[in-house]
Amino acid sequence: MKPAPFLYFAPNSLDEALLLLAQYGDEGKVLAGGQSLIPTMNFRLAQPAVLIDLNLIAELFYVRAQADGPLHIGAMTRQRTLERDPLIAAHAPLLQATMPHIAHPQIRNRGTIGGSLAHADPAAELPAVALALNAQLRLRSQHNERWVAARDFYRGLFTTALAADEMLVEIALPSLPPRTGWSIQEMARRHGDYAIVGVAATLTLDEQGRCTQATLALLSVGEGPVQAQQAIKLLQGELPTPALLAAAAATTAQIDIDPTADIHASVAFRRHLAQVLTRKALTEAFERAKR
Amino acid sequence: MDNLHTLSVNVNGVTYTRAVEARLLLSDFLRHELNLTGTHVGCEHGSCGACTILMDDQAVRSCIMFAVQSNGHTLTTIEGLTPDGNMQHLHPLQTAFHEKHGLQCGYCTPGFLMTLLPFLAENPHPSDQEIREAISGNLCRCTGYQNIIEAVKLAAQKKAPRP
Repeated sequence: MKPAPFLYFAPNSLDEALLLLAQYGDEGKVLAGGQSLIPTMNFRLAQPAVLIDLNLIAELFYVRAQADGPLHIGAMTRQRTLERDPLIAAHAPLLQATMPHIAHPQIRNRGTIGGSLAHADPAAELPAVALALNAQLRLRSQHNERWVAARDFYRGLFTTALAADEMLVEIALPSLPPRTGWSIQEMARRHGDYAIVGVAATLTLDEQGRCTQATLALLSVGEGPVQAQQAIKLLQGELPTPALLAAAAATTAQIDIDPTADIHASVAFRRHLAQVLTRKALTEAFERAKR
Repeated sequence: MDNLHTLSVNVNGVTYTRAVEARLLLSDFLRHELNLTGTHVGCEHGSCGACTILMDDQAVRSCIMFAVQSNGHTLTTIEGLTPDGNMQHLHPLQTAFHEKHGLQCGYCTPGFLMTLLPFLAENPHPSDQEIREAISGNLCRCTGYQNIIEAVKLAAQKKAPRP
């Protein structure tokens, strides 16, 4: 199938793109990597009147690290770049480890971090990983700029805090505290397919080996990425024994998530997967934190 | 709404300049405007991988890109692997698919080959698992994949150079 006609702009600067977005507002749609948007347009499920292509805006492609500061990633940075960039490997190993789970190499060559975060697909890995890494998102409009925490960015199915004239331009990832481990686990029918359930976790230990901070975010179990809040509370201040990690996984699966059934999995199977994958994720994060 | 956009793109070493609608998919541009019909269109929504081509030496799906987005870039399609069209001059990866029976109907083959070219350039000695992951984005309904994996291993042994 073919997309419906649209007015096409490919600005060379962010200012120009923001001006176009201010001008066209709701009618305008931003085109990043296009690996979700263009299929949707091919099906004519989306028929934007105006497309603002960001692929020529060089200032949106970057990865920058500061000593002890957050890692800054331009919204148009390709997923393939994140997979290979040594700065990502050094400062955000969880983000790097996530990349092979995202579709296939051909998709990651085009797909971008900002596009995936803003698309807000509940089955996508990056929104959950953004929650697990306490990401801060920089949103720009023609005259304003604001930072929004990833946990405040997601508002439901394919819905974010972005206003019609706003664009996600940068992602900042705070550096991980010492003695922090991480993990991403997911179950998909075929490597690279959308996960039936996925889990991203980090665990930070103090010098006595107690958990001082935990993050736990799941995908494909709700209308957006879901934080396992009760499980996180259970872990805080405690020694992460196998029994505690198992209890946190059970809490995640039974209390923190409210999955729905679809052609791929029943509710009971999703809860089962969530429990198994959460326990695996927490165990791996704990092992990494101890090193 | 029917504004035409001029694009200039190098495909298999030849520069083409055309005026196209923004909504024209890159796969349709190659097939209908340039008559390079070796690039196949399967699902047209980025699932099957049949339309995979190289853009600046990286594998991309041409059915989920607009032709205008290729302006100024260098593309390689399946036709670029055997520029003179002579069956005696097939690319070593093509020969390996032939020898190991890595295709039956051949519909998916251009996509597999274009996916595998950059993969083998970066991973000259891939494991079976790496090959399986590399082709996970390409569907084949004939072979059951085993012979494709054998073909990739043979091509790796032959140290297939890039086109």
